Amino acid sequence: MKRLLTIFAATAALLTLGSARAEGELFIYNWTEYTPPELIEKFEKETGIKVSVDTYDSNETLLAKLQAGATGYDLVVPSQNFVPIMINEGLIQKVAVYDLPNYKNYEESWKKPEWDPEHEYSAPWQWGTTSFAYHNDYSGKGDSLKEFFEPSEELRGRLSVFPTPDEVVSLANIYLGIPFCSEDPKQMQKVQDLLVAQKEYVVAYNNETMSDLIASGEALMTNHWNGFARLGRLAGAPINYAYPKEGVVGWFDSLVVPSSAKNVENARKFMNFMMDPVNMAILTENQGYGDAIKGTAQYYSEELKSAPEVNPPSDLNVVFAPTCSPKAQSLIDKVWTKVMQ
Amino acid sequence: MSSWLPKSEAGRRWLGLAPSYFVIGIFMLVPMIIMGVFSFLEPNPYGGVKPVGSLDAYVKLFFEYDLEDNLVFNPGYLNIILRSFQLSFGATLLCLIFGFPVAYYITLQPENRRNFYIYLITIPFWTNLLIRTFAWIIILGRGGVIETPLLAAGIIEDSLRMMYTDGAIAIGLTYSYLPLMVLPIYASLEKLDFRLLEAASDLYANRFEIMTKVVIPLCKPGIIAGCILVFIPCLGAFIAPNLLGGGKKLMLGSLVQFQFASARNWPFGSALSMLLLSAVVVTLIFYARAARKREVMEGSA
Repeated sequence: MKRLLTIFAATAALLTLGSARAEGELFIYNWTEYTPPELIEKFEKETGIKVSVDTYDSNETLLAKLQAGATGYDLVVPSQNFVPIMINEGLIQKVAVYDLPNYKNYEESWKKPEWDPEHEYSAPWQWGTTSFAYHNDYSGKGDSLKEFFEPSEELRGRLSVFPTPDEVVSLANIYLGIPFCSEDPKQMQKVQDLLVAQKEYVVAYNNETMSDLIASGEALMTNHWNGFARLGRLAGAPINYAYPKEGVVGWFDSLVVPSSAKNVENARKFMNFMMDPVNMAILTENQGYGDAIKGTAQYYSEELKSAPEVNPPSDLNVVFAPTCSPKAQSLIDKVWTKVMQ
Repeated sequence: MSSWLPKSEAGRRWLGLAPSYFVIGIFMLVPMIIMGVFSFLEPNPYGGVKPVGSLDAYVKLFFEYDLEDNLVFNPGYLNIILRSFQLSFGATLLCLIFGFPVAYYITLQPENRRNFYIYLITIPFWTNLLIRTFAWIIILGRGGVIETPLLAAGIIEDSLRMMYTDGAIAIGLTYSYLPLMVLPIYASLEKLDFRLLEAASDLYANRFEIMTKVVIPLCKPGIIAGCILVFIPCLGAFIAPNLLGGGKKLMLGSLVQFQFASARNWPFGSALSMLLLSAVVVTLIFYARAARKREVMEGSA
């Protein structure tokens, strides 16, 4: 019994030690391959805070994890249409981003976004577009969403689509000319028919290894994000990011702090760090999306400045998805469940 | 003996087992109860549950509200359940076909080498299942380990398209769970009295008859245990269906995962889990009854 007590005491001591050390820590939960290690190293060197990064594959996964009571994350990176949901569900907390010293660098045109007009919750990470990308061997030019949603025969079993409804349904809405977050069952029926017919051509529902699918030739066309397509191209995959004439889905990912965060001050330090143009430029250089911080362009490489994925045609129609009402959301979920059956 | 220990034998036994009751209670019963309760609640539109009782999750297994909210019969989920059973059955059969000869071969080795072989069988468990499943993408995929030499030799002209098919899922499942088939079969074969084989041979049984009438009946408990150990995790698997099946053909495991992550319908996910659980319990009851029957028969013999 005495020995048992000693073990208990030792364990308790270890646990307290652990939490004492947690003072200098920061836990980031971000999308896969979305956090450049050199940025983390720079932050660690400047602040002495030890950073750990964990990854997820979709906004839906992040939301489900937070709803399930996941604790221990100090920063998460949802897209704009998930921020209001997280605010309403009480999953993220106010951290007065407007009060941070580097807030002055916030690009004017991105200020007062509808998902967080006063900047109480969110600091910018990256913004970009969702469209599709195609293999050099594909015969089309990628100038219409028709090529993605109603593919030609050469794409049978060679098409890859994102595995969650969020962006796919929005893109289908753009193609069909249906407003985002439609509450009209008849309109959503059209979306459902389109996606069910598209499934005949789909080889995989995937949003993590699209560039590998193109590189191996397993897919000739995949759903893709602009910056991630650039990374695939730089790694040698024969990828072309498409700018269809109907338009593309835009998104804006922000840093927010979960209500259960233990290291709120460290999270704010990181937010401030990221609003410094030098640091944000490192992220943009690494990821190849857009940033919302003034003065980053001077640090960009020539390669980034001329990359086709970050230089869309000037008349490109970029549409940002709002947060859907529960009714519209339930229609989207029904459509997607049907597609997945 | 300390005075605080219970006096009675039963009390002391209970106290001795208390830690295991505690562990089973916390790590098994409590989550199952939560799951059971959730399955009778209403979903919150943005994930989580509302504390309102509802049978919707169970109705949803067989019926659906179409986009205009009419209740219609929906075989979709039944198809997924059926597909899961088919694929799990296929994978179990493949495991048995490959696992039995391996176990038999190991049993025939000299004793010192047997342990080494068993040790080799457990080596894959040292690596994460996700990584091992990813390796199959390189093996089966376009321009992968299998295709490249065949293409180079001119035996095939186009890709075999092995990835992202039911076959790929079955291979992935078989690979993942093969050790769980080999180990119990080996355990029962190891106890086999090989003099029985000689006796059968003396009585003019040929090799095939020795196998079917002596070896297989005697190691049947191991075969059944192996089949159950493989079949049950296959039913709930979602790594292989997602990575090797491309996430297009949902299986029960991926369907449950989908309900919690994307569709934000926790009650339905819980109801599906309860269904899966009942399937497992029914299988185990059959096994227990068969085992008891066998004991009775052996006792009377």
